This record gives sequence, structure tokens and C-alpha cells, in this order.
Amino acid sequence: MTGYLLRRIAGGLAVLLVLSVIIYAVFYVAPGDPARLACGPRCNPEQIRQVREQLGLNQPVYTQYWHFLQGIVAGHDYSTGTGTMHCQAPCLGLSYQNDQPVTGLIIQRLPATASLAVGAMVLWLLLGVGTGVLSALRRGGITERVLTWLTLAGTATPVFITGLGLLMLFCAYLQWLPFPSYVPLTDDPEQWAWNMLLPWLALALLEAAKYARLTRSSMLETLAEDHIRTFRAYGLAERSIVGGHALRGALAPVIALSAADFGSIFGNAMLTETMFGLPGLGQLMVTSTKTIDLPVVVGVVLVTGTAVVVANILADVLYAVADRRVALR
Amino acid sequence: MSAATSAETSGGTGAEKSRSLVSVSGLTVDFPVGGNVVRAVDGLSFELAEGGALGIVGESGSGKSTAAYALLGLHRGTGARVTGSVRVAGHDINALDEAQLRGVRGGVAAMVFQDPLSSLDPYQAIGDQIAEVYRVHRRDASRRAARARAVEVLDRVGIPDAARRARSRPHEFSGGQRQRALIAMALACEPRLLVADEPTTALDVTVQAQILDLLRELRRETGTGLILVTHDLGVAAGNVDRLLVMKGGKAVEHGPVRTVLDAPREPYTRDLLAAVPRIEVRRPARAASGDEPLLEVTGLRREFGRGRNALTAVDGVSLTVRPGETVGLVGESGSGKTTLGRMLVRLLEPTGGELRYRGHDLGGLRERELRPFRGELQMVFQDPVASLNPRRSIGESIADPLRAAGRLTEAEITSRVRELLERVGLDPHAYHRYPHEFSGGQRQRVGIARALAPRPRLIVCDEPVSALDVTTQAQVVGLLGELQRELDLALVFVAHDLAVVRQVSDRLVVMKGGRIVEEGPADTVYERPQHPYTQGLLAAVPRLAPSGAAALAGPGE
Repeated sequence: MTGYLLRRIAGGLAVLLVLSVIIYAVFYVAPGDPARLACGPRCNPEQIRQVREQLGLNQPVYTQYWHFLQGIVAGHDYSTGTGTMHCQAPCLGLSYQNDQPVTGLIIQRLPATASLAVGAMVLWLLLGVGTGVLSALRRGGITERVLTWLTLAGTATPVFITGLGLLMLFCAYLQWLPFPSYVPLTDDPEQWAWNMLLPWLALALLEAAKYARLTRSSMLETLAEDHIRTFRAYGLAERSIVGGHALRGALAPVIALSAADFGSIFGNAMLTETMFGLPGLGQLMVTSTKTIDLPVVVGVVLVTGTAVVVANILADVLYAVADRRVALR
Repeated sequence: MSAATSAETSGGTGAEKSRSLVSVSGLTVDFPVGGNVVRAVDGLSFELAEGGALGIVGESGSGKSTAAYALLGLHRGTGARVTGSVRVAGHDINALDEAQLRGVRGGVAAMVFQDPLSSLDPYQAIGDQIAEVYRVHRRDASRRAARARAVEVLDRVGIPDAARRARSRPHEFSGGQRQRALIAMALACEPRLLVADEPTTALDVTVQAQILDLLRELRRETGTGLILVTHDLGVAAGNVDRLLVMKGGKAVEHGPVRTVLDAPREPYTRDLLAAVPRIEVRRPARAASGDEPLLEVTGLRREFGRGRNALTAVDGVSLTVRPGETVGLVGESGSGKTTLGRMLVRLLEPTGGELRYRGHDLGGLRERELRPFRGELQMVFQDPVASLNPRRSIGESIADPLRAAGRLTEAEITSRVRELLERVGLDPHAYHRYPHEFSGGQRQRVGIARALAPRPRLIVCDEPVSALDVTTQAQVVGLLGELQRELDLALVFVAHDLAVVRQVSDRLVVMKGGRIVEEGPADTVYERPQHPYTQGLLAAVPRLAPSGAAALAGPGE
């Protein structure tokens, strides 16, 4: 198990390394001049040249990349024009735009995105697995048809429509909830939850249908297995069969899918973040891509990449814990 | 429902009912399929005395399992319509409410299923599964008491070190141990009736013998009644006192087991008995058509996996196959017989040793270099359902090897396929029909036609008849023999059923743990086995008993 984890972590690091190389390469060939954008519209060519030097953009791309790697492991000294600034390890560089350390920018933004992703995932798992199990048990009935219809409608509606609808319904019309504004969890957990409720719901409604369908088909498959028949033949009530025996088998594919989705939520939450004004990574990603702020983009991509890698390792471990026949090697 | 109430009123005379553990009358089970209704059980009636043992035998589709499931009301909620009366230990099964029925299931009548691996929850420790069932029926039992009971019954069915093994999951048990564990679950609540649905069909013959011994012993000790559903008349013969033969949902014959087996009244029973392959019967002697070996292997090896996880499936096997002869390859599961069979036609690459076909060393050849030999070495697979592509017509499947060879035109291929279909006893116009339109035996004929298509010299048949009913089995075996004589084929017949192998083999090879333990002319090995392993295998084969064999001398009369 330990050996397996070490191997997986090493593999994950390699993936992240490759990811960072690719982003550097893409930015190198992409059009646009970060120095001009950082300097502002009224800069003359001489000023732009100075900025370029200061940002280290006049160095070859592999040197820049090397400095980036160095920064992560040991920290790096950057010149800010007026002097040098030491950026402590793990340093992801300084933003081209405002000279702030990227690590700090990300740490600032991470809680909002993590709140959104984790909360939405919990909600969509509850919704999706719940409706999935229910429609498997009530197969062919009216309950199933209504649930299928509802979840499908949720998936078919883009998040900005759902989000807008939720805002209008709960904040403007019914006035049950305040218009969301991000309150950090550490400041006030209750306010945090109330304010996050609508963003969670908007994302969860989008994802729940997929989980409902997966859970339903996987549940039906499991319920048709021989060992379920055994427990029926030994007088177990349907509730203990479903809860105690069928659910465990049915959830294996759900675990795998959640891992993939959890990672992608980090990257795909921009729309939801913008919609609800959450100061998260998605917003940061959008602004820094527009201004070709390479250090910030690389930083955000690495963080979301890490989320994907960690979620997948976690899913595999969960798999093995749920099903002892799976050997991790 | 009217049948149920009438049975209740007529069966009310106390004395007789108390002696009868199971009383079934006019049982009918209908399955709605599409717009039609399939009648799986049709007006079945039988009784089982307290402590008695009844065998229900029949071929697949005869309704024997469906009837057994009705004893525990297992058709409820499946859409099947059950009418007639089923009484088990005084309970009118069809009239019980859900809660009462759950009390009967496992508590009064317990079921032992066919496939012990899939019949247990793969995620949970075996002891916990038994304990859970126990607590369903003994509400007042504590968790601890239930766990203790699980260990007790596991110990009773012969699981060594039961206290520790109770914490293992099903995949950590061997096939036989799993079946023992299922029987332990059945015993946990001391039911009065055991319903065993093909309890040994998935097991090796020696393990089968042990499980049957265990069942007999437990019945002697506890006086539990038994209903044994099986397709194997030999298994039924030694384990029940009454026999019910089913066909098309109806009881064809019903009586004391010896009477039914020794003096069957019905033609169907006689046909069924005649089709049962007999291990005692010699095969007419035949010689190979040439002395020059067709296939010769020396020191053949095959490992799977690497390093610590390496498993040697075939460990230094040497044998020869001469033209036109049949070599029977027997052994229990895990003996390496299938791996060896696949290597003989180079579906698998040997990891060591030599494989010579007509003087050419095929062992290390690459796919491209093997191509000229592919047509001459063919294989027939066990599962005729899984080995045919369900989305292609059978004609296309048979044409595949011909197209692959690329020597014939489309018209020639079509006419060759028709000729092959006719040769294996199928309608030559069936070219465009799909596998699901055929029965198991017919599908296996398609598999044989496909193997014959490129005019092979050697066919490896891997358990070609083990998925088939005895009557179909006899026909397919007959067809293989005929083809062999006509086309001068060499056959390697891989099977676990020793009686079937005896019917077809000139020479016999017995494998165990990847090695050959005994080899020789079939009659010699069957009649004077030298190796203790072979002796054990042969002794474990269930027989219809000597008197049964004698009565069958003239089945056609």
C-alpha cells in the first residue's frame, strides 16, 4: 500500500511537470506580448524593453522555465525595478501584472473554489445517488419517470440559466436567501454555508443527472446479481439488501466518476464563480489568461492539476477499500 | 388463487399433513415475455415427507429450477404469475404476507445455489454474511452470538480454522469451500428443508463428491428434508430417495429413485438415461491413421505474470498427437488443461519447450509466420454463446476463417459455408440467421462448422459439450466422432467430465498442477489407473449405480 502510494505520487508529480512544460511551450508560441500588457497602454518602446528585462522575458524560454522550477524547490530572487524581492519556496513566480507572488494569489483564491467544489460535490452525490437508487427501486413507476425528467432538465440547462433562475427565485422573488457574497468558512461557518448554497445548487443540479443515471443502471445491475438473490432467499428485508449489500457494489463506478469530476470542477467552476461573484481560481484564471500573465496561469493550472491527481489517487484507494479483491500494486 | 384455497380446505386432515414437509399441488408458473406468456411450470404436484429427499431432474428449460424457487416464494416481485398451492412445513407460501414469507425463507426452508462465488456478497466477510442471516431469524440474538453461530456452522461444514476464516471474503475461499460456506449459511437457522439448486454443477468431480458427502451427513444428523435440483442423474442417484423427472414444465415420471432409474416407465426417462455418458462402457477400439506424429510437444511450459506473481500454468508437458486419433485431456480446474489446449493450436505462445507440427517448430513463430498453419490447427470453444459474435449471422462467422485465408472467391465461400452447415446437421439455408435463433446444441454445431471451414488436420475441443444437456451432448459427441472418421481429423478433447471423455478418446492424458500425471490408452487408464490422483478422480465420478446400468442395456425397446 505504501509502495503503491509512493509510486502513484511520483507518477502524479511527473504528470504535473509535463503539464507545466506544455503551458510554457504554448505561451512561448502564442501571440501577444506580456510586457506590453503589463506596462500599460501609455508605455513607450524603451519602457516596454525595461519591463521585459525586469520580468526576465528577454531570457531564453528554457532559462525562464529553469527559474520557475528553482523557485518551487528553493525559492527565487526577482528584481522589481526598485530592488530585489525574495520569493520563498514553494514559489510559483511573480505575477507579470502586479508583481505579487503567485503562491499568495492562489492561496487567497483557493478557499472559495475549494468551498464551491467540495460543497457542490457533496450535494450532487447526495442528489444523484439518492435519485439514482430511488429510481432503480421504483423502476417503471411514476416516481422514476418524474425523477428522470427532473434530472435531465437539470443537465440540459446551462449553469448560467440555472444560476440566474435560482438567484431570481430565492433572492429576488422569495427573498429567502441573501444575494451571495463570499464569507470565508473560518469567519462565520453559518454565513458561509448560506451564501454558498445557491452556487452549490447550481453546479449540483448540472452534475446530478449524470450520477443519477449511473447509479440507477449500476444499482439495477447489482440488484440482478446472484448474491442479492441469496439474501432475498434468506429472508432479508429489501431495505437491508439495498443498503447493506447492493449499494456498495453499485457505488464503485460512482467513485471513479466523482474523482474525475472533482478535478474538472476546479477548472470548470469559472462560470459559476463569475455568476455568483465568488473570488475563486476560475476568475483568476480568466483575467490572467487575458493578460498573458504566465506565472499565474501556470500556478492555477498546477493547482487544479494537483486536485485531479489527488482525487484520482483517492478514488483508487477508496476502490480498494470498498472491494478487497482489488489489489493495489 | 382458487387452487390455493381449495388445496387448503382439502389438505386439512391433520395426520397426513404433519408427515408431509412439502406439499405442492397444481403449481403453475407463467412468465410474461413480450406479449406472450411462457409457461415454465405446468400443473406440477408432489409431496416430500418430513426428512425425505426428493430429486428433481430434467434438461435445461424443463422448469426444475423455477419449481424449486416457488418453494420459497422467490417469484414474488419478478412479474411471474404463480398459481396452485405450495405448502412448506404448514405454511401456505403463496398466501403469506411479505414479513411472514421472510420468516420462512432461511428460517424454515433454506436454499443452496449453484454458483457459490457469485452467490455470496464479494465485499463482505463470510462470517458476517452468515451472522446477518442468523439475526434476521433470531431477533434476540446479539451480534456476538450471531458471529459465534457463524463460526460454529462454518466449523460444522468442515472449514478448517473456522474462527479465523469467518473473517475472509468469498474470493479468498476455494470453490469447494465457498459451497461449504453457502451450506453453512443454510444450516445457520436450522431449517427443516434444504432446497439445493445444482449445488455441485460448478465444482470439480472430487470436490463434488465431498460436498455430496457433507449434505448426506448433515441430513442424517439433523433430519432436514432435501429437494435436490440437478441435471445430473448420477448426482441424484446416490443422494435422494425419490425422483421427479421434469420436461416442459410437467412431471414426466415420479417415483422411488431406484424404480425410476432401473425400470423407467416413460420413453422420455429412458431416452434421458440412455444419453447419460457412462464411464464403465468401453469405446470400440480404433487406431490412429498414421504413425508419423502430427503434433509433438516436448517440455512445453507457460507462465503467467512475472516475478513474485508468476504462475506456472503448464509445467514441462510432453505429448504427441497422431493423425486421426483422439487424445482426451482431463484434469480438475486449474490443472492447466485449457492453457495447454490453447498452446497446441498456438492461440497462446509457450514460454518454454518445443511445439512441432509436421516437423515445423511453431513454438517461437511470429503471427505472420504462423499464418500458413492457422487453418490446419483449429479450436472449438466451450461456450457456444460467448464464442459467436451475436451481431453477425452464423454464415458470416463460419466464413471468417475462409476470408482470412483469402484463397476463395465470395461465391466459393458462400457455397462452402452452406456445405459445412449441412455437414454439421444444420439447415444449409440458415446462413443469414443469428446465434440467438439457435439452441445451445445448434450453436455448438456452428462452432464446429467454423472450425472445419479451413479444412483443419487437428481440432482442439475445449469442453465442447459441458454447457449442453445430456441428450444434446450425446448428439454433438456423435457428430465429432463422425467428422473425425470422415475427414481423418486428429482431436484433442479437453474436458472435466471423465465419462464424456471416455466416449471419445483413444488415448488419455491426465493433468494435475500443470503436469501430466498419467498417460496411456484410454481403456487402460480408465480400468487400471496407476496414479493415485487418477484413481481419486475416477472414484469420485457419481454413477447411476450398477443396477441402473444393467437396466439400461436396451434403452431403445
